[in-house]
Amino acid sequence: VPAARRLPKSRRGPLRADFWRSPLRGPWLTSLLGTLLVPAITVIALTGFVSHWAYHPELAGNATIEPAFDIPALFQFPQSWPSWDYAVTQGIHVTLGLMTISLVLAKLWSVIPKLFRLPSVRNIAGAIERLSLLLLVGSLLVEFVTGIFASEVYFPLRIDFYPVHYYGAWVFGTVFVLHACIKFPVVRRAYRERGVLDPLRAGLRDTRPEPPGSSELAPVHPASPTISRRGLLAMVGGASLTIFAVQAGQSIGGPFRRLALMAPRGREFGTGPNDFQVNHTAATAQITPAMVGPSWRVMVVGARTIALSRAQLLAMAQSAETLTIACTEGWSTTQRWTGVRLVDLAGLVGASSGATLRAVSLEAEGTNREASIAHEQWSDERALLALRVNGADLSLDHGYPARVIVPGVPGLHNIKWVGELRFGSA
Amino acid sequence: MRRASPRAHFRHRYGASPLHLAGHLLVFAVAAFAIDRIAAGSSLAKLIALYVGFAIAHDLIFLPAYSGLDRVLRVTLARLSVRRSVTVPAINHVRAPALISGVLLIIYAPLISGKADDGYFQATGHHLEGYLRNWLLISAVLFLASGVIYALRVRHAVVKGRMGRFDAETLQR
Repeated sequence: VPAARRLPKSRRGPLRADFWRSPLRGPWLTSLLGTLLVPAITVIALTGFVSHWAYHPELAGNATIEPAFDIPALFQFPQSWPSWDYAVTQGIHVTLGLMTISLVLAKLWSVIPKLFRLPSVRNIAGAIERLSLLLLVGSLLVEFVTGIFASEVYFPLRIDFYPVHYYGAWVFGTVFVLHACIKFPVVRRAYRERGVLDPLRAGLRDTRPEPPGSSELAPVHPASPTISRRGLLAMVGGASLTIFAVQAGQSIGGPFRRLALMAPRGREFGTGPNDFQVNHTAATAQITPAMVGPSWRVMVVGARTIALSRAQLLAMAQSAETLTIACTEGWSTTQRWTGVRLVDLAGLVGASSGATLRAVSLEAEGTNREASIAHEQWSDERALLALRVNGADLSLDHGYPARVIVPGVPGLHNIKWVGELRFGSA
Repeated sequence: MRRASPRAHFRHRYGASPLHLAGHLLVFAVAAFAIDRIAAGSSLAKLIALYVGFAIAHDLIFLPAYSGLDRVLRVTLARLSVRRSVTVPAINHVRAPALISGVLLIIYAPLISGKADDGYFQATGHHLEGYLRNWLLISAVLFLASGVIYALRVRHAVVKGRMGRFDAETLQR
């Protein structure tokens, strides 16, 4: 092969152009994988931002990112939407994110010869592009690895997940858009020369390498194929579908939950009314039975302040609602809750119109201790201070004596072991 | 001689269009801001180590490792298949279940290995159980299904081969 012979002898192994022999690599394959990544990354990014804004970061104590260094929220769930709106967007964010991993790995595999191509820096533009590619791959991997770990309640890197994942998305998002723009002509050319889907028609016997002159990606000394391009795509897609099958049940629920064999929150722990998934147990929150005994009162603060015992709350008008708790980790659970409407409690203390609700737990500290709930969220007729679930008293792990359940908020804002509900200005 | 336009001059000196430079400067500005914000909460060195470390770990360890495994598989199967008369390539019947099982392993490693148990117990009140078993089970089913499909393909090839011979004999008579 003349092209290989021209290389200086000093180059060994992967630095040699003829080291990379897969006959599948080439601009067309990389273009197709990239094209598939565009919609996937777009949906993952949008649902990620929707989740960030669902926290209502403009309200006191809710921000996970310093608001002075953040862009304003561009979208919030309307009150008219079903209570599982956040469950859907966050379920998509996590599940689609996991499903995209096989595609990401295939894309990186398809471009690996470029990493070893020397001289890699022919001019300033080349050097700058190299740097942006390091940023692209680095931020891509950081987003996926931190996302996977967080969905599994696993934090081994000793980093603050939220800013790393959120600002990492800024880095990855901008450099991804730039990369897509720069590569657009390459993609268009590959599709024009090879056809958009034509190479997928070829079985193993008809699989030919892309011409070596067409790009740095095509092999100069291709091996004979052992798999077709459509075979490779089928494997990548098969991995995505398998991940969906063993993961999505933790978000979809119902009969699918039993299929979620690998999902972190796929299982139910019995058939009792309180046996659905718990986030943040009473033991972790250091809530003792004494704290929630007969002397427990919830302070409801508005124009006046009243203290209500559980018996007094139970004596008020009760309403029952089927509402979804959806965790930022991507899992969700829909149950039948009974309790007092938050609007009724607001009326009881003469809360001012447009007030924000600050719900505070008995828990001494931590991210699950308190949350601000926007007026349009707590004034929803379905929003409850829940006392019972599925016909039974709340268990201690689910927030006995009373917990907040509000449609469309990130799960951790549904404060458990409520000690205070303060209707006031944001 | 006509002098080159400023645009052409720029392209010659820089290597691409001014838009290319502007786009990159914008991206670097956003990245610098974002990295500065993350570094406000954790150390900058750690952050750079993460970005560069993950890229290096993927490109220089993970990818060569699975490519090496694939090579071992190819060589082994090539040695085995020499002795057989009917050749239906087996390689992708190993690759496909191995790839899917491997991707599941990377994603769910903290659950399968039990490394995530502390955080998991604090959140759920239960310990990690059954993830290793489920992963092994799913992997076994994938390899089994792939093996069954392979066996069917081999049988199909054998029958087709016999039919071919039969047809040829009938024609000769």
